[in-house]
Order: sequence, then C-alpha cells, then structure tokens
Amino acid sequence: MHEMSIAQSILDIAVGEMEKNASAGIRKIKISIGEFSGVVKEALEFAFEVLAPETPAARASFEIEVLPMTAECTECGKFECRLNDLNLLCPGCGRIAFITSGREMTVDYLDLE
Amino acid sequence: MHMIPVGTDIMASNEKTALENREFFDRYGIYVVNLMSAPGAGKTSVLEQTIKSLKSEYDLGVIEGDLVTTIDADRIAATGVPAYQITTGLVCHLDARMVHTAFHGFDVKGFDVLFIENVGNLVCPAEFNLGEDLKIMVFSTTEGAEKPKKYPLMFHEADAVILNKVDLAPYTGISIEELAQNVREVNPLAPIFAVSCRTGEGIEAWITWLREQIGSRNFDKAA
Repeated sequence: MHEMSIAQSILDIAVGEMEKNASAGIRKIKISIGEFSGVVKEALEFAFEVLAPETPAARASFEIEVLPMTAECTECGKFECRLNDLNLLCPGCGRIAFITSGREMTVDYLDLE
Repeated sequence: MHMIPVGTDIMASNEKTALENREFFDRYGIYVVNLMSAPGAGKTSVLEQTIKSLKSEYDLGVIEGDLVTTIDADRIAATGVPAYQITTGLVCHLDARMVHTAFHGFDVKGFDVLFIENVGNLVCPAEFNLGEDLKIMVFSTTEGAEKPKKYPLMFHEADAVILNKVDLAPYTGISIEELAQNVREVNPLAPIFAVSCRTGEGIEAWITWLREQIGSRNFDKAA
C-alpha cells in the first residue's frame, strides 16, 4: 500500500504549486501513471480520498491517466508490452529490449481557484 | 478556472533525498547494497552468509527495515557486525528519508559496505530508490517459478537475483529452468545466483560477483 506515500507526494506537490500561485484552493489535480509504475489506480484513488479532506484539495477532483508500456529493440524498433506477461526479449528477434515508457508518474496540471 | 501546467515527477522528493544519500555515500566511500524480497525468502540468512564471507576484508554495517521488532537486527548483531533497526510501523517499504534519518542514530561513516535489508514485500520497495549502488532481490524456491511474471517490477529493478533454498527444490517441485527463463524475460541482464544459505551451496559465486561490483566502484569523494 505504498499508494499512501504516493498520494501524499501528489498532495505536497499540488499544495506547493497552489501556494506559489497565491491561490485559495485546488479544484482539480490531473496526473499520469505508467502501466509499469507499480501503482494501482484504485488504491491511489482510495489513498487520495483518505488524505485529501485535511488539505486545500479537499473538494478537488482527481484524474488519473494510465499510460501504456512500450519497449524498444535496437534492431526491430518499438513494440507494446503487456504487463500480464512481461517479456523484454524482442518478439521479432529475441534480442534484449529496453522499456521506453510505462514508468512515468507525473503531476500534469492543476486547476486552481 | 485557472489551469496551470505542473509536469513534476511524483517521486521527485524521494529521488532528491536518494541523491543526497548517494552523495553522502560517495564522500565516505561506502558501497551500499539494498536487499529486497518477499517475507521469508531469506534476506537475513543471505546477509549472515555474506557477512561471514566478507567481514575479514571489509568493515561492514547493516540497516534493517521491518514493520516492528528488532529480531533481524539482533540476528545481525550476533555476527559481530553493527546493525541498526528501522521500524516503519505501518509503512510497507523503506524510503530515502528513512535511511537518511537512520544516519542520525547510526554512524555509518567508517563502513566500506553498508547493507540495507528492506521490508519484506514483493511490491512496494521496488518503487523507492535509497541512493544505493545495488538492488539485490532474494527469491526462494518455495515461492513458485511464475512469480517474476506476477511481480515484474521488483524483478525488473534488481541488479541480481539470488535464488535461495535450492536445497529444497526437489521437495517443492519448482523448475529452476522455468524460473530462470521468467527472470530473463522481465530482466534480461540480471545474473541469477542459485544458493542455499543452509548448506552454503552457491554462496561463493555470489560473493565473487559482489566483490567485483564493490571493487569496480569509483567513489567521488569530492561530492
């Protein structure tokens, strides 16, 4: 349940931005998480609901966009990986491929009052 | 409506502290190994074996992470190596700040190698860098060959996988070839060391590899 720590970081970032912008409250927080970030969307939503009421984001909506995972083989190029059967050996040639996206965890934007 | 773009990495705060830890380790020439596994895979037993092999060559220290109790730190202290217990309460992983805070109660500056035994958990510790040189995953033959596919992130993040309890393989029916293939698919670069902490089988190969890693690290003492 490390989603609690992650939700706390998101709130810290959001409140920091709110203060920097001299705003009175947060209406919306939009984040992106990669499919391979190790974060469960539902658990993160739950953690946010638990932590937000004591903060200026108490009434904020919380939008999570899940980004797909891709890998790249130096010979065959990009291919999409599936998390439920991760295989970083290239399906075309069997060479070792590298994850190029899917590890992201970003606060994208805020809607401030 | 007042939309503002942010673009901040959610893990930035942990990454910043991990980098500070890293600079601290650099300054004092401390090689740091983070051990991760599910509960009961044998992290503490691997540490006991590793300490036995390395303690005449290096000054060693151990930070133990557990939800509660000092049982593991007591086991390490019995080997004659200084150990410090972090009890996380309800937190399921160590983060960079907890490790940083431990330095206030545990003087690590004289160590050549510092081992950090993470909280037993196959999911959460993978997400939090501590500033370490190596992430080592301990896995045991009683856990099943499919686990690298079920918990791909931790296996992917590991620099090496220690497969413990190979002496039990005939009884658990695990296919070591299937397990090795599954590890290769989620982490094609990680070496796998098949060991038994009970019999000592395979420990030498792990120690030889670890010694090479420690020897090849160049510390930036000006950091």
